[in-house]
Formats: sequence, C-alpha cells, structure tokens
Amino acid sequence: MFLVELRKLVGRPRTWVTIALLAGLPTLVAVLLRVTGVGPRPGQGPAFLAQVLNNGALFPAAALALVLPVFLPVAVAVLAGDTVAGEASAGTLRYLLVRPVGRTRLLVAKLAVTVIFVFLAVLVVAAVAFAVGAWLFGVKPLPSVSGQTIAAQDATWRTAVTVGYVAWSMLGVAAVALFASTVTDSPLAAALGALAALVTSQVLDLLDAAAALKPYLPTHYWLAFVDLFRTPLLWHNVSRGFAIQAVYIAVFLGAAWANFATKDIKS
Amino acid sequence: MIRTEGLTKRFGRLTAVDGLDLDVGEGDLFGFLGPNGSGKTTTVRMLLGLVFATSGGIEVLGRPMPGAAREVLAQVGSLVEGPAFYPHLSGRANLTLFDAAGPGSRRDRRRRVEDALARVGLDGVGRRPVKAWSTGMRQRLGLAAALLRAPRLLVLDEPTNGLDPHGTREVRDLLVELVKGGTTVFLSSHLLAEVELVCTRAAIVDRGRLVAQDRVDALLGPTGRVLVTTPDVGAAADLAAGLPGVRLGERRPDRLAVHLDGTAPEALNRRLVDGGVRVRELVVERPTLEDVFLRLTGGLGGRPAPDPGEDRRVPG
Repeated sequence: MFLVELRKLVGRPRTWVTIALLAGLPTLVAVLLRVTGVGPRPGQGPAFLAQVLNNGALFPAAALALVLPVFLPVAVAVLAGDTVAGEASAGTLRYLLVRPVGRTRLLVAKLAVTVIFVFLAVLVVAAVAFAVGAWLFGVKPLPSVSGQTIAAQDATWRTAVTVGYVAWSMLGVAAVALFASTVTDSPLAAALGALAALVTSQVLDLLDAAAALKPYLPTHYWLAFVDLFRTPLLWHNVSRGFAIQAVYIAVFLGAAWANFATKDIKS
Repeated sequence: MIRTEGLTKRFGRLTAVDGLDLDVGEGDLFGFLGPNGSGKTTTVRMLLGLVFATSGGIEVLGRPMPGAAREVLAQVGSLVEGPAFYPHLSGRANLTLFDAAGPGSRRDRRRRVEDALARVGLDGVGRRPVKAWSTGMRQRLGLAAALLRAPRLLVLDEPTNGLDPHGTREVRDLLVELVKGGTTVFLSSHLLAEVELVCTRAAIVDRGRLVAQDRVDALLGPTGRVLVTTPDVGAAADLAAGLPGVRLGERRPDRLAVHLDGTAPEALNRRLVDGGVRVRELVVERPTLEDVFLRLTGGLGGRPAPDPGEDRRVPG
C-alpha cells in the first residue's frame, strides 16, 4: 500500500522537476554572488547571505532561508494538495477505495509519502547548497550570527537540526493542504486553499494590529532556525516553532482523517 | 449475495435513493435498470462503501456494508462509472499498481495481471501508456481490473460502454461464462437489449424507488395480446369476436391483433382453424424489456414517457 504510493511519487517526473527547481534557485543565487561578489549588506536581505561570500558552510542554511518563504511551501502545498484531490479528479480514487484497504490506511500511506517528499526536498536543497557553497566559497569554521566561531562538527548538527526544523514547518503546510485535498475534488483548489492560509498568516504576521495573534500564526516561527546559528544557542523560538507546528499538524491531520473517513466519494 | 433493506440516500434535500429493497441471489446475473438520474450509480456506490447510506441496511456476501468492507471488498470486483487509470502508465503497470495490495507473491500477482488481461482480450497489449488507448480498450482494462482477484461478486456499471459490437458481444459472453463458473454479477445498465439477452433477474428503479424486481422472463410475461397472421382477416375477426371476453385490436390486411382476457390462445387457434381460417402464424405477444421499462418508469407521476427512439441506441 505504502510502497504503491511511493512508487507513484517516484515514478512521476513532476516530483523530480519540483526538487530540481527547488535546488536550482539557491544554486543560481550562489553563482550570481560568486560572479558579482556583491552580497547583501550584513543584517539585510535573506538570512546568512551576507556571510556566505566568506564561507560556503553557511550556504545550506542560507539556501533554506531562500526557498522557505515561497518556493518550498508552494511545492509542498501542490504535492500535498494533489494527494487525494488529484486521485478524485482523475477518477482513480474510487478504484483505490474499492480495494480491501480501508480509507484510513490509504490516507496514512499518502501522508507517509508526503512526509518523505518533504524531507527529501529539504535534504536535497541543503545537500546541493552545501556542495555548491563549498565549491564556490570554500568551507571555514563558522562565524556565528552572534560573532563567535562555531566548530565544523557543531555546524553539521546545527545544519541537521535546521533541516529537521524546516521539514517540520513544511509538514504543517502539508497537513493543511492534505486537509484541503480531502475537502475538494480539485487538486488546484486544494493547493490554493493551503497557500491562501499561508499568505493570510504571513500578512497578519506583518500587521501590528495582529500582534496578539502573531505567536500562534503557522508561519511566525518559520525563520526561527536562524537562532540555531547563534552562540549561545537560542532555543526559545525554535522550540516554540516546533510546538506550534505540532499543533497545526495534529489538528489538520485529524480534520483530514475525520473528513475523509466519512466522506461520500462521488468523483 | 446482495440484500438491501429500506436503503435511502439523501443529498441535502434531494432524495437520490428512496427505500430500496434489493435482493440478489447467488449465481444471478442481475440487471439493475433505471433512467438517468434514477439513483443507480448512487446505489452501486453504496454497495461498495464509497457513499454512506442515510438510512437502511446493506448486506453484501452476507456481511454488513460498509462495516465489513475490508472482508467484503476482497471478494468483489467492480467497475464504477467507467474505468479510470493513471494515464502515463501502461495498462499492465496500472493493473499491477491496482493489485499491489492483493495477496500472494510477486509472481502470483504478475500471473494474475496477465490472466486478467488475457480474459478481456488485451494480452497482446504492449507498453503504450493508457492515455494513447481507445475508449474500448480502457473499458476492457477496467473489466480486467474488476476480474483481478477472481471475485465471487462482480458489480459492473455500464461495462460495455464504448465497446464496438464485437466487444459488446465478447463481454456478454464473458459475463455468461463467469456466471456459469459460479460468479454472481450485478449489472447496472441502461442498455435494455443487453440486459434482456443475458440477465436472469432484474430490478428497475425510477427516481430512487424500486418499481419492479423479478426474473426477467416474468417481467416479460405475455401482454394478453395475440397476433394472428392470416389472409382471411375478416373471417378471423368475426370468429374471434364470438369468444367470451375477447376484444379485437388493431387490424391490418393480413394481420389481426386480439386481446384475449382469459381465453387461452390455443382455444382461439382451434376456433379459427375449425372455422376455415387459414392461420399462417399465431403469436402470443410478449413485451420487450424496453416496453416494460418505459411503462414502469414513464407513466408514474405524470412524467411523459421518453421518446422510445432515443433509448433504442445500439451499444458500441
């Protein structure tokens, strides 16, 4: 069951095109930085980019910061929005469900494959960025955002936690899109629904009048992983981000399951 | 094999299926008929656990649906509202994906796929993706998918849609063969000629309600009219009119319709022959399934009967 879904993901060119595009953007940025030598001034522009010119080891984190606001959530929303609604619009959902497998199992298999995609995408971006960064800028011990140096070993696990954190944040997106996917029979509507929720969150996050809501917005702590590169480590925002996403993931997956398990399949 | 009691489904204010009591026995080739929008598909979907009933009960293979869905669906093959596949994959790959949750080793499954393809005449099919296939080939592939696990019950919705006359005939023969082999077939269709040819029992629904359910030969019982072909129409009419309860019907130069109302056809024949009428042919008229269908689904509630010419389309 799970293997079938995995085969569908792997066998689809779209999956690989998406991942290639995700890795392509930071690569393009890296090449431009290298060629022109003009970085954003420290403290401005996307996180870490200013430091990357001196040290490629920071580039994985910088690359994730580049794709995080738009590119990555769009890719995840499109893929997760397609999971159920895509089968419904192709008419294959009814044939998946007349097999003796049960709806919960199908949904869990789809979810598992989505999780794999999210981790794969984030890992590939980080790995490609590391290779590109090391090649174009060289790797040195990391100067932390707060000024002190971070040892190479230390940098590795900080980057690993960053990958996990970003993937976890994207699972929040995936959960919303998966829920939307069980509501509509149009994969496009599902992806747009999830993106609309994210855009709303990002807009509110910029609005002073919404200050009271900000700590609960799904996108509020997305970039908190920057704190992982400070010495001493600032765990507060990162752990809050983990917790908030966990709540969103639980709520929307629960809603997706409740909706899908009791839904009339008319597609 | 299938039993429903008071099966009802409402979508908002629309009642799609209204108190349906179906009874499909083991070994039946059961025709399920109804005009468009009469609740056929919704019923099929409820039988398979895709749509949940508002009220009423369903038993398939003696087990409640959708409660025992896992157990029941393992023994049911189905084709619901046309086949659907992953267009970028070949037919074989599609079946393999579809069967991947099935039992047995990899080799068992591969053999099952090949057997199913051969069964519907697709064994020679190559690696072309399904998106390049004709409607008829897709329909066959849908049937192959339904046959994968040697089901005890087949639930088929318009299985001959898009097939040419040869294909239609092959599917019909296949169904008859399957039923001989012990499979029960539930065939939802609006191709009345097809149902009349192959089905042993049939149910007719109209606007969600059951209007008839019986053996097909019982549904097609005599109309009470006899058609007499003879050169002596005048003499025949005089003689027939002398029998008790008989009414004369339409008269043509060489044919006379007689409403028998209780008189045996053989009594009429004896009287005509004894009276010197040269009877060339005497036929006890039976309705076609189409006549029965149109009578049962057209007259109710004052809805005008659909134009029969429109429903007489030949499959394929």
